[in-house]
Amino acid sequence: MLRIVLLAGTALAAGMATASAQEFKLGVITTLSGPGAGPGTELQKGFTIGLKHEGWTKDGDKFAGVPTKVIWGDDQQKTDAGVREAEKLLDQEKVNVLAGIIWSNVALAVYPKAIAKNIPYVITNAGASQFAGEMCNPLLTSTSWNNDQVPEALGERMNRDKIESIYMLAPNYQAGKDMVAGVKRTLKGPKIIGEDYFKLGETDHQASISKVRASGAKAVFLFAPGGMGVAFFKNWQASGAGKTIKLYTAFTVDWSTLPAIGDAALGTYHTMYWNVDLDNPTNKAYVKDFVAAYGRNPSHYAAQAYDGARIIAAGLKAAGGKFQDGPALARAIRKAKYDSARGPYTYNVNGMPIQNFYLREVVKGADGKPTIVTRGTIYRNQKDAYWEKCPADKRL
Amino acid sequence: MRRVTPRSALGWAAVAVIVAYGLYRIFIRNDQLLFETALNGVQFGVFLFLISAGLTLVFGIMNMVNLAHGSLFMMGAYIGSYVFQQSDSFALAIAVAIPFSLLLGIVLEFLALRTLYARDHLDQVLATFGFILFFNQLVLRVFGATSQEFRLPDSINFPMPLFGFTYPSYRLIVIVVGLLVALGLYLVIAKTRVGMLIRAGASNRPMVGALGVNVRMLFTLIFGIGAALAGLAGVMIGPIESVESGMGENKLILAFVVIVIGGIGSIRGAFIASIIVGLVEVIGRVFMKDMLREFLPEEFAQTAGPALASMSIYILMAAVLYFRPQGLFPARTG
Repeated sequence: MLRIVLLAGTALAAGMATASAQEFKLGVITTLSGPGAGPGTELQKGFTIGLKHEGWTKDGDKFAGVPTKVIWGDDQQKTDAGVREAEKLLDQEKVNVLAGIIWSNVALAVYPKAIAKNIPYVITNAGASQFAGEMCNPLLTSTSWNNDQVPEALGERMNRDKIESIYMLAPNYQAGKDMVAGVKRTLKGPKIIGEDYFKLGETDHQASISKVRASGAKAVFLFAPGGMGVAFFKNWQASGAGKTIKLYTAFTVDWSTLPAIGDAALGTYHTMYWNVDLDNPTNKAYVKDFVAAYGRNPSHYAAQAYDGARIIAAGLKAAGGKFQDGPALARAIRKAKYDSARGPYTYNVNGMPIQNFYLREVVKGADGKPTIVTRGTIYRNQKDAYWEKCPADKRL
Repeated sequence: MRRVTPRSALGWAAVAVIVAYGLYRIFIRNDQLLFETALNGVQFGVFLFLISAGLTLVFGIMNMVNLAHGSLFMMGAYIGSYVFQQSDSFALAIAVAIPFSLLLGIVLEFLALRTLYARDHLDQVLATFGFILFFNQLVLRVFGATSQEFRLPDSINFPMPLFGFTYPSYRLIVIVVGLLVALGLYLVIAKTRVGMLIRAGASNRPMVGALGVNVRMLFTLIFGIGAALAGLAGVMIGPIESVESGMGENKLILAFVVIVIGGIGSIRGAFIASIIVGLVEVIGRVFMKDMLREFLPEEFAQTAGPALASMSIYILMAAVLYFRPQGLFPARTG
């Protein structure tokens, strides 16, 4: 009797193993807990809509025509937790594609693990300049941008606005310094009269605002993602500084922070490669389904993740559903034609998009609530500043 | 009368020199940025006092390390923001958040924390750290990960003209409320029977119990008051900062610095230490880089300035512990 049970068990296990060998496994790492969970849950929501548009809602459903299992990993915004999750997905679950990742430091730490498995690594947010330059890889494809591009576009706008002087504010960590460097790369006219780095995670900016006002600066550049930015805007509005000083932001005002920021963001400019109001059928369908599912407009974190799911599906279709050959699938993903929420764009040899950057302004909407509208194109088909550093044998 | 040692005299002399220089800059040299920054520092200090008051009572009287105090602050802000979103009324948010925090504190004490009084500090730290994780995850699940909508009415939050510059009116309100709370606590502790018991509990806990006072009840009450103050801090500061999961932890660390500097268990110490820590933190943030720039290369000052500024209160704490290891105004005498 025991033998029969054992035999049956073995047979069943073998049967399951063959079934899972036919199953496409998609691992997605994002931030679902801790202070970085805001952008992280946006990523999850956008990716989920993307999966849905490709016909997948639960494990076993067909995604791009292939039975698929999706496994989520939570990096808690920490590199060690991110590496642990990546090892779980890569070694235990043996995923065929690794996707997602919000934070540049986490994405950099996971990079060697993913590349060593010879499977596609599709980053939907983290824009570390190394990925565009010396660390570029045929396996690595990004659906977002290089960190510097958004502030570079903003610098162009400041030149056109002919502001006299500017004060730079950013958190005291690598991305903060990258953002300021990005603005400085394109900034020509305005004089930089101050540059302050506040503590990462700071939520009381009154001290910085006092200092900016005392400096007599005519404009401020601010990089303060998530809660830091929400707090800054509240402090900014209460101080009345906005009446005389123009505020430019990068990765601070987006559709996920706007409800908490409210009217304080009215009249401020920022730059982005995408917006809710971009007029293309894919974007319309995406925004409509996101609003139906989550009750508010999606942010760019979600839009990039949506594109991540769609480009993987397109690659899978182009490869004829053959997902076991990692490099071939990565190539198919990179070369795939797919419907992006940002409209058509192409890929540079380093796996970074060549895309437009738009100016966005916060204005009062028809319903009286603040809304983000696109105010024109700053860059058309812009390449990042690092692609020439991508080694020739790693280009695709 | 406290004995004045040469070491503490040196410390007080240093403080007097710094304060005198600050007043000279503000009033004689008319340094407006320093004045505004000092005001920011006092406001931040008063806010720190609201959090530290409860923490120092619980630590001083029950000998209990309560890391979940920051979570009570966060819950106050979340309940306030929830009520605000439903009713669009900041007054109602305050009116609901304070009793809610009081109740939450009492329930927490009654269900879990009172079993920890007899345990050592490591057990208390581990258990209350568990509560931090619990509350952080709770608000993530219930309210989601994005920053919560919580705003002030324009009638109390506007740029107010003040000696030739404008200052956010609401921050002045925070200062006034904090000072009123401090005064109220002082009166309760110095002039009432409950206050007498609290002081007695801080000095000699077993004796208070031996004299027939219901210590359990007293502890629950103290815990509730501390929680209500933390909740008040949360609901007052929520609309000018960001209401999000984990917002209490940074404040909790500062509150511990405050109670160590002020002397554990002492409300007076917590108040004075709060103001000092608030001033040092904010003034450091604004001026540290420029001070370093005077004698260091620009690039180095740019990096070291913010780092040294965020270290400044810990350096202060180390200095206070050197001069007065028991804190500035220790409550424990026996």
